[in-house]
Amino acid sequence: MKNKYSIFSLIKNAFSQHENWKQAWSDPEPKREYEAIIIGGGGHGLATAYYLAKKHNMRNIAVLEKGWIGGGNTGRNTTIIRSNYLWDASAGLYDHALKIWENLSQELNYNIMFSQRGVMNLAHNLQDVRDLKRRTHANRLNGIDAVWLDTDQVKEFCPIINTSPDIRYPVLGGTLQRRAGTARHDAVAWGYARGANEMGVDIIQNCEVKGIKRNGDQVEGVETSKGFIKTKKIGVVAAGHSSVIANMAGLKLPLESKPLQALVSEPVKPIIDTVVMSNAVHAYVSQSDKGELVIGAGTDAYISYTQRGSHDVVEGTLKAILELYPIFSRMKMLRQWGGIVDICPDASPIISKTNIKGLYFNCGWGTGGFKATPGSGDLFAHTIANDEPHKLNAAFNLNRFVSGDLVDEHGAAAVAH
Amino acid sequence: MFLINCPYCGERDQSEFSCGGEAHIIRPKQPTELSDDQWAEYLFMRKNIKGVQFERWNHAHGCRKWFNMVRDTSNDKIHAVYKMGEKPPVE
Repeated sequence: MKNKYSIFSLIKNAFSQHENWKQAWSDPEPKREYEAIIIGGGGHGLATAYYLAKKHNMRNIAVLEKGWIGGGNTGRNTTIIRSNYLWDASAGLYDHALKIWENLSQELNYNIMFSQRGVMNLAHNLQDVRDLKRRTHANRLNGIDAVWLDTDQVKEFCPIINTSPDIRYPVLGGTLQRRAGTARHDAVAWGYARGANEMGVDIIQNCEVKGIKRNGDQVEGVETSKGFIKTKKIGVVAAGHSSVIANMAGLKLPLESKPLQALVSEPVKPIIDTVVMSNAVHAYVSQSDKGELVIGAGTDAYISYTQRGSHDVVEGTLKAILELYPIFSRMKMLRQWGGIVDICPDASPIISKTNIKGLYFNCGWGTGGFKATPGSGDLFAHTIANDEPHKLNAAFNLNRFVSGDLVDEHGAAAVAH
Repeated sequence: MFLINCPYCGERDQSEFSCGGEAHIIRPKQPTELSDDQWAEYLFMRKNIKGVQFERWNHAHGCRKWFNMVRDTSNDKIHAVYKMGEKPPVE
């Protein structure tokens, strides 16, 4: 590695007031032709490029990003990582990602601040208890760590939760995945960008895709704000804008794009050292290293590309947060924002070929794509390089909407939609 | 977040309404003769337009009637509201 980061490079650069660090990735003009083009420079897109270069030796490739890398949903999510999904196919997919997360800082030589602080999912009614216990058993059969906690154990694990039996939605227990946690989301994009760029991948920012050129059933290139670029393989990783790109190629996807909101509070001293999610009352919270409470709200129930979201959605989430954590009642919220999430009818992603040759889609991650970033990139790279899916993403093809072989994960997706 | 002019009740807050998604998707007349591809198209495939879109809404916390709406999904501006069965406005 050319510019290896280490304690020695840190000391060396301290002598020059940290003014001589080399640029972590270059900023080139696009070439006229590439072996493959990835549309979308978020975590998933950059990871795809990284693994295409690293594992499949495809180095004459480019990532096109209409804004700046990591500026979309990669920089807008609540950074939660877990793999406690119900079905075998999902367990395989998300745990594949979690295993990569565990060594990712070392692999990328970039501190992504992965913190396995555990994720707890609360149950508030008898059906929740049954569903979550079932999910715990399913997880353990798939080799994923998961335990059921009763109300007292929930209180012991996270003492600030109000476990009083007379609140509107009392805490009847919860599940805990200890290997789960959080990571620094920007660092994930930057680490992959640096790694990919070092192997020769061009990362082209401020380059918006305007059209996809086809010759019959084969893609020929992309029309962009920086001119036409020729290529035979296009991997689309455009999250909320996947349908917009699909429409350019004359394709329809089973997606609906909706705003999903999150907010952070003023920073305070450490008060919650884990991630707590509640599906039924729709509130989840963790604390960032800066001390801010990171709170995830729900989606607006209509299609919109506005990157805002409605006030009543935030209000509902904060009501739930206050009932579960009365201690937060006087906290002030600092920032609120929205991202556009592409939601599939079965709340599972699509990592798939299409009926157009050379056109691949990685989309439909909906409200929970961040956790899968490394696994998604790895499997999508495999799909693009070999023109066929890896066994771990075979179930997540586009054809499942025709065959009916859906992967229904509405229960394990933390945001109700 | 926006105001919707319900054709039956007048202007109300969007939170009173629920969205029924893309409008003018016609239920197949002879479901038994549909292929799997046609079913997938009817059930799942959506235009998901960024821009002017025709969609169905229901005044769930009001008159509970369905109606159609033309809305720009890139800025949430509403261009037209019209009753079920009425012809969609031409731009």
